[in-house]
Amino acid sequence: MEDLKMDDEEALCAETWLRPSSGNSVRQPNQPSFTNFTLSNDQPEWEDPSLLDYGVRIGTSFSKYSFAPDQDGQSLQSNNSNSKRGEVNQQINEVLKIGKAQDWDPWAMLNNLSFLEQKIHQLQDLVHLIVSRKDQILQQSDELAMQQQQLITADLTSIIVQLISTAGSLLPSVKHNITGPTAMAIGKHRHISEILCNSGLGLDATNISESHGMGPNVANQVEPTGDTAPSHHPLDEPELKEEDDADEGENLPPGSYEILQLEKEEILAPHTHFCTICGKGFKRDANLRMHMRGHGDEYKTPEALAKPNKGNSSEAMLLKRYSCPFAGCKRNKDHKKFQPLKTILCVKNHYKRTHCDKSYICSRCNTKKFSVIADLKTHEKHCGKDKWLCSCGTTFSRKDKLFGHITLFQGHTPAIPLEEGRGVEGLLEQGETTGGEKNRIDQSINFSFNTESHNGSRVQNIMDMKGSIDDPSSYLSPINYDSFNEFSRAAFDDPDGGFSFLIPGSCNYGQKNGGQSCYSDL
Amino acid sequence: MKKRKIADCGQEQGRELHQNFFNTLSEEIVFTILDFLGDNPLDKKSFSLVCKCFYSIEAVHRRAIRPLRTEHLPKILSRYPNAERLDLTLCPRITDASLVAISSSPCGSSLRSIDLSRSRFFSAGGLSRLASECVNLTEIDLSNATDLRDPGAAALAGARNLERLWLGRCKLITDMGIGCIAVGCQRLKLLNLKWCLGIGDLGVGLVAVKCSELRTLDVSYLQISNKCLPSILKLPYLEDLVLEGCFGIDDDSLSTLKHGCKSLKALDISSCQNISHIGLSYIINRHEGLQHLTLAHGPPVTAPLAASLRKLTMLQSIKLDGCSVTCSALKVMGSYCVSLGELSLSKCSGVTDEAFSFLVTRQKQLKRLDITCCRKITDVSLALITSSCTGLTSLKMESCSQVSKEAFILIGQRCNFLEELDLTDNEVDDEGLKSIGRCSRLIVLKLGICLNITSEGLSHISKSCSKLVELDLYRSSGISESECRACPLITSLGLGVITIGCKQLAKLDIKKCNKIDDAGMIPLAHFSENLRQINLSYTSVTDAGLLALASISCLQSMTILHLKGLTLSGLTAALLACGGLAKVKLHATFRSCLPETLLEHLEARGCVFHWRNKPFQAELDPKCWTMLGDTLQ
Repeated sequence: MEDLKMDDEEALCAETWLRPSSGNSVRQPNQPSFTNFTLSNDQPEWEDPSLLDYGVRIGTSFSKYSFAPDQDGQSLQSNNSNSKRGEVNQQINEVLKIGKAQDWDPWAMLNNLSFLEQKIHQLQDLVHLIVSRKDQILQQSDELAMQQQQLITADLTSIIVQLISTAGSLLPSVKHNITGPTAMAIGKHRHISEILCNSGLGLDATNISESHGMGPNVANQVEPTGDTAPSHHPLDEPELKEEDDADEGENLPPGSYEILQLEKEEILAPHTHFCTICGKGFKRDANLRMHMRGHGDEYKTPEALAKPNKGNSSEAMLLKRYSCPFAGCKRNKDHKKFQPLKTILCVKNHYKRTHCDKSYICSRCNTKKFSVIADLKTHEKHCGKDKWLCSCGTTFSRKDKLFGHITLFQGHTPAIPLEEGRGVEGLLEQGETTGGEKNRIDQSINFSFNTESHNGSRVQNIMDMKGSIDDPSSYLSPINYDSFNEFSRAAFDDPDGGFSFLIPGSCNYGQKNGGQSCYSDL
Repeated sequence: MKKRKIADCGQEQGRELHQNFFNTLSEEIVFTILDFLGDNPLDKKSFSLVCKCFYSIEAVHRRAIRPLRTEHLPKILSRYPNAERLDLTLCPRITDASLVAISSSPCGSSLRSIDLSRSRFFSAGGLSRLASECVNLTEIDLSNATDLRDPGAAALAGARNLERLWLGRCKLITDMGIGCIAVGCQRLKLLNLKWCLGIGDLGVGLVAVKCSELRTLDVSYLQISNKCLPSILKLPYLEDLVLEGCFGIDDDSLSTLKHGCKSLKALDISSCQNISHIGLSYIINRHEGLQHLTLAHGPPVTAPLAASLRKLTMLQSIKLDGCSVTCSALKVMGSYCVSLGELSLSKCSGVTDEAFSFLVTRQKQLKRLDITCCRKITDVSLALITSSCTGLTSLKMESCSQVSKEAFILIGQRCNFLEELDLTDNEVDDEGLKSIGRCSRLIVLKLGICLNITSEGLSHISKSCSKLVELDLYRSSGISESECRACPLITSLGLGVITIGCKQLAKLDIKKCNKIDDAGMIPLAHFSENLRQINLSYTSVTDAGLLALASISCLQSMTILHLKGLTLSGLTAALLACGGLAKVKLHATFRSCLPETLLEHLEARGCVFHWRNKPFQAELDPKCWTMLGDTLQ
């Protein structure tokens, strides 16, 4: 029984678990994410390459709380004035790489702890800042204060979560007990975390767009995010795209955020970052900074290359939402049911998709049009591969999507590509010709059987046979069994000679239907 | 219109043949007479040959036709303008042209049912014509159309009024094809998809969503999982669901079902390996209206499981073939099940005399009972069965080796309503057969490996059981024909007696009845005009006998292995002469000897050859053979 269970599980984690034979500890199928902790504890084979690495462990345990690990990372850094995003990412990547070769990495643990330490310090700074500002600005709105408080709480929560998961990796038994409360805590602060995620994204994009013209004035960046941004961007893009349409559920109270509205020209401008020296335009600030290096050594300092900061972290916490400049659009701030857009990128994609001509035409199918070039590229990846076709002309790349579509719409039916063969018209013609031939050609055997004597020795056979066939594929030429005449003459009790027609040589396979005369219907 | 035509016809004939007394009979009277004519198609044929008037009236009256040869189809279709049911099972070759001819014939628009289950060579084009022109078509049997692909299924979707559709073994139809049918034929009440291996969850799910009128659904052996099960069980009128051999359905999927199907009356979950007693209890709890339950080759039947059957107050039939059944479970079933009409315990290990006796004394309404291979059952049980369940119509008790020959006399004395009796491999003797002869309603009688019976016993059967359609005499040494397999004692004479007595005979197996020769074939060919299937292996039949058989016009399947007297030329002549052949089993040596063109010709006619390469087996001593069987079991 135990063996069977294990087999199942092995199948489940076959991809990562390359040494199933070592898994002889008792495992609980319902807690696959903890399985490996248990294992590593029971069997201290630290060098086992197949065990899941630490980074992944954190990832999976987080995803249990319905956090996408990516988002979580962002939320952790959202109000982090000197964001270590790149660094952390890299750390995780490193851990991932190391994890392939090592099960439990003390280095990763150390990194993680130091990261937590940093985070706590940052939080400390932030609280200090708020305290100092509170003294200065007494008129601060209650809402803003609330927001700040929420942000701090959320930050603390995420730190706690990470701490627990880090500790859990060492103490599996503790981890089991802790998941409950943690989940509760997370549930409590779900809303806050969501806000954080959103604001994180917003900040990111704002960073990119607003840093235009801003001097690099913060020096404490170890590794500029800008370096990682180009490589990250293609990955982020589809996510953002979804966000554009998926943020319907975000119900921020009006007034809790700042509304920005870019003009049409600004949105459609191909470049948003311009070199102050030569005037060359760039889509991304990071690229501009890379470009600036060519204009002199003063642009090569780490400060100059670092990602420009907002200057003040509390300012960054002000939620920014965007409005579409198109009057009457639901995304326009004057609309009754205004739904703000989260980032500049969302604004751009939304404006192009909704209010612009679709000028990019797929070169393969020449039918699909797009206004965002990324959409075209996404489509071109799949164009022609959409083999699941509905009678309404819609194509699907997946069969289940087609069937979902057909289930929804009355009268729609799966379209089956026409057979290469003939249509009904051809069939008709053929039907007439073969139908006519049928009477004439089909083999008919006049077989009279005389049962005069019951011992069957003197059975007389009169076979008048014309064997021939109509066959659409015409692989068989009409056979003329003329030699049956011989047979009919031959007495049945002479088996050697009587069926002489059977020797192929004696058969007359002529194409002529000379047998017509001896045709007789049954 | 039709009536006037007939009246005209009658008048004409009246003028020509004033003395023809049959013409005075009104059309209505002749119709009434025709209504009373039995199932045997030959009766109607003879009737129509009485006079021209009868001929034309019969043609108008006929609703169901079963053509013997494809080539006569156009004539037949024009002769019977009111045909509603077209059974093409005897025409192995139906091309698109034939289907076009059918759909454009006068009966095309009135046609309601067509059976293409034994035909090949048609394609999507023909089906599309059929579907579009025969607008009243409600029933199509396309089983075994193994060449049919999605375009064919899409063509079928044009038959909007279709209510019953069989697609068994159409392995090339995929979800796309069945999707078309689901959308096109939304009035479907019966759909059989058994062995349609190309169809999966998506297809079945769509059928369940679109065809909300479905009453009967057979998805046996499909690779379906829990994904489509909820939508199937949401069908508002579903009564009969067959899930045989659906390995993808397991306890987990059943446990997630919140509601059962209220209308469900019959459920078959045999051979569903992944459904255990847990899943079964979910089913039982949610379907209290079940009347027929088939659990063959399922989980072991224990007392608690049997007790849970008590919830099924309407239960009429239960089949537990191949399950291990405990004695206590049988007793519980005996006391709790209210009115079992059918019980099948075939090959159930654990059925003892005591428990079974208890069961049958409580379940007196039993109509059908299957205790095949329940080897612990003795005369005691049989005596109780016959005394308490006198209304039995079907009794299958193959290999109940502990039942003595005296017990079989009781069957004949007490169970006179029997229609089906399987006594294969039993001790029954001529005395028993004489008694069984009283069961005059017998349709199926199986006497294979009954080594104690002789031609004399069979003659009793043939005298009284005139309705017999299937007779199995496999290896019964004493008899002469009709499944007289390996009945060394049966001679041609006995076969003659049977054939004259049982004219409805459709299947005959006389393998290894080596005393049967050509003399037996001649009466067979003459009298058994409904014979469809024959096994002649190891008999003494020669060319002449085979040619005689070829005159049976609906003969479809022949197994001709190891006939010593058969020559190549005789075989060829017989094959050519037998126009309706669909399946022939021959020894592989003939393959090279028969001319290639002849084989092609026969295959184009719709005949499939099965080449066997078994060496000739010298007949063992029959006793020795049964002993061998026992040790194997």
